[in-house]
Amino acid sequence: MADFFRKLFGGKEVQERPKVSDNATTAPLTDQQISSIIASQTPKYEMKQLIVGVGQSVGKQREHNEDSVLALTSTISGSSESIPFGLYIVADGMGGHQFGEVASNSAIRIIGGIVMKKFHSFLYTMPTQSLQESLQEVMEAAILEAHQYIQREAPGSGTTVTAALVLGQQVTIGHVGDSRAYAVYPDGRLDPLTRDHSLVKRLEELGHLSRDEAENFPHRNVLIRALGQGETLEADIFTIPFPQPGSLLLCSDGLWGVVNEKDISRIITDAPTLHRACQNLVEAANAAGGPDNITVAIVQLVG
Amino acid sequence: METRNITSPIGSDHGSGDSAPRQQLQPGVTLVNRYNIQDVIGVGGMGSVYRARDMHFPNVVKLVAVKEMINMAPDPLVRQTIVQNFEREANLLATLNHPSIPRIYDYFSHDDRSYLVLEYVHGKDLESVINDTNGFLPEDQVVSWAIQLCDVLAYLHSHKPDPIVFRDMKPSNVMINHNGDVVLVDFGIAKTFQVGQKGTMIGTEGYSPPEQYRGEATQLADVYALGATLHHTITRRDPRLEPPFSFAERPIRRINTNVSVEFEAVVNTALQYNPGERFPNADAMKDALMNVARKTGALSKITSALPISSGGVKPLWSFKCEDEIRGTPALSQGNLFIGCYDNNLYALNAADGQFQWKYPTDGGIVSRPVVFDNNVFFCSEDQRLHVIGTRTGKVVWTYYTEGKIYSSPRVADGHVFFGSEDQDLHAVNVNSGRAVWKFSTDGPIHSTPLVANEMIYFGTETGSFYALDFRGSLKWRFQAKRSITSSPVMKGQAIYVASLDGTLYALDAKSGWAIWKFRLGRGSISSPVIADDFIFIGAADGFIYCVDIRTAKEVWRFKTENQVSSSPAVYKDSVYCGSVDGSMYCLEYRTGRLRWKFESKSPITGSPVVFDDIVYFGSTDHHVYALFA
Repeated sequence: MADFFRKLFGGKEVQERPKVSDNATTAPLTDQQISSIIASQTPKYEMKQLIVGVGQSVGKQREHNEDSVLALTSTISGSSESIPFGLYIVADGMGGHQFGEVASNSAIRIIGGIVMKKFHSFLYTMPTQSLQESLQEVMEAAILEAHQYIQREAPGSGTTVTAALVLGQQVTIGHVGDSRAYAVYPDGRLDPLTRDHSLVKRLEELGHLSRDEAENFPHRNVLIRALGQGETLEADIFTIPFPQPGSLLLCSDGLWGVVNEKDISRIITDAPTLHRACQNLVEAANAAGGPDNITVAIVQLVG
Repeated sequence: METRNITSPIGSDHGSGDSAPRQQLQPGVTLVNRYNIQDVIGVGGMGSVYRARDMHFPNVVKLVAVKEMINMAPDPLVRQTIVQNFEREANLLATLNHPSIPRIYDYFSHDDRSYLVLEYVHGKDLESVINDTNGFLPEDQVVSWAIQLCDVLAYLHSHKPDPIVFRDMKPSNVMINHNGDVVLVDFGIAKTFQVGQKGTMIGTEGYSPPEQYRGEATQLADVYALGATLHHTITRRDPRLEPPFSFAERPIRRINTNVSVEFEAVVNTALQYNPGERFPNADAMKDALMNVARKTGALSKITSALPISSGGVKPLWSFKCEDEIRGTPALSQGNLFIGCYDNNLYALNAADGQFQWKYPTDGGIVSRPVVFDNNVFFCSEDQRLHVIGTRTGKVVWTYYTEGKIYSSPRVADGHVFFGSEDQDLHAVNVNSGRAVWKFSTDGPIHSTPLVANEMIYFGTETGSFYALDFRGSLKWRFQAKRSITSSPVMKGQAIYVASLDGTLYALDAKSGWAIWKFRLGRGSISSPVIADDFIFIGAADGFIYCVDIRTAKEVWRFKTENQVSSSPAVYKDSVYCGSVDGSMYCLEYRTGRLRWKFESKSPITGSPVVFDDIVYFGSTDHHVYALFA
């Protein structure tokens, strides 16, 4: 009450008070406070929708970037409502080969192109007919086409590819090589979704290498399957419900080979936004020496 | 000394000789007004093990094992220790959950006797299996048991807060159940292991590792004892009759030349004198055995060595109707309900097949009944949905459609949903029997609707697949090339359904997009079932398929002699499915290995229902059968 009257009638005193409160309560929030406020706010999304963050770096020791990334997010016409649609691809061209960057780039463009052509009418018109092929068939055809293109146009080269096609609440993953897809959960769990097609993983699976021996295996970068390599190509293709709550992480070995899984999940859960998470992951890989190109994409299905 | 007695082999005269039989409970005695003793199944130093029937389940025959401990120690301190040990075993078992460990139901004390009530294991112990087999057991069989034993040891060793060391791995403590799987019994001396603590010397001579005789028992002791058990099993040389730690003097392949080098190496590693040279843990040993199994192909060609599986399966009971049974039964509160082409719905006592009542309709019944709120709902070719009181067998209400009904009703949220030959999907109020809405489609509906997440999913005979919301409006539609008679199932936001076009479809539940398609050899009207990441379905090509739900890749397929119209049922780790060849099959669900089959006299088109270890199904030979699962 007294304050109120002073405010109304008092002259000098009133002017002094804001000064005091200025120091005490309106000091700018620290970065930490801001981020904790942001983190504590759960943004509300009414409809299911996809959000994505992407990060890339050439690393500290390479001159060229041979990684490629593609991220497309939209919605698609469903029978009664629009549903989330997204295509996310990470590809890592084979280092020693001449056309490493050509291979990874071709992979994302051919796969992206074929998938988008299939879904073109659902994205840009109102089709009356449903798609003839299943999502897994579309993915398989696209990867095979990319494989043949690379063999033809950039012979001798190869690339990994890990592609995630999100439709509704399903994610269909096509995978060749040693880039990885993970499901990241808010409680810090990081579940690998893909199996590396690498020599070291194979030896580990056969029981010839222990986990520790595998960590220090000299030929960790030798792939046993890659796009553009070999006569026939069998891609791993599977569909799972999109991790919810949580996110889908796609990355090249420039990240997972350098930053351990515990740190990866911590960086993602601690970051206020997906973009920041991607940046922080790239920084962490570079801080650890950045021996290889780094590519990261994180996708969330919210709402 | 007392614990030592427990561990002596069942049937040996050590400590049991003349005293135990005198004190055995007689068949017919009922303990605590609940457990009716049927027979003695084992005798140990501390008392007997009985087979008993749990009378709390009057409508079904639920068998349990009752393990008795008679406390005869004169010293009160020793008596107390014995009771404490007994309660420790009970409490330890109660916290465990693994398919190879018997479940514990109850424990109680009565005068000088304490009793532990456990899951009854149909089967016999490995020592008897070894003794009753002429010649050597096949390596593939032993490897598959060994893998299961490693699995259960790894489970015990990873027990929290403290690892459990079983400490008494030996053939007589390993039961082989009627499915040919292992169950570990006698946890009398399993002890949670506190690192650094010296335990007392317990274990069975011949199987125990050297360090156990110095009072040390770690996980590596179990690894050794498993090695000893496997050595005994594959060579038939009982280590109790040999000098201790002399396995190296009896090389496996010198005794049994059929054993692979790889398997011998695994057993030898487990039997290393020095614990540090054995497998570091049971998981590592399991991995090594898996590699052996992959090399020798053991996993795919294991056939059970037990006569229980190959000998004819006898029904628990059967009941004869007046015409073919083509549909599937429903089980509720000890009663089995099943429709028949003699136009009747039958209610039978599930325990013994006794006739309760029958209700006549004016048409054949293929529809599977569903019990809700003491009423049984089912449809008939007489164009009606019938609602009958489960106790009385009297009609509560009926509901007419414009066509014959082959679809089965589904009750959800106060409504009953079903399709009809009149091409409508009907939603009827479950209490009033009035139509709430009808949804008109382009064809007759035989598929049973799936209700999930406030949506209704079903197929039609023209190959359409519809997703409706609860108001009866269309959310999406999918078109197959031929009719969808199969009933859909759902997991993880995806719908799975088969069509006569020979495809098993995975559709996104929200949008109807095809996620994958799996080609069956021919069309299918069988409804898929899901367990773990596997989906099971039958097809007209005579195969029962198991498909990986994520990759749409075939895991295994099992050939029957004719079309499979029946829908599979999964119970524990078995899949049950009937075939037009007249048999009911029980397969191991991860491998498709045949566990048993039962031959009825004509085609089985309906699906089995499995409850409390009993399989119920009908056959076109006019009979309803109940078999042990």
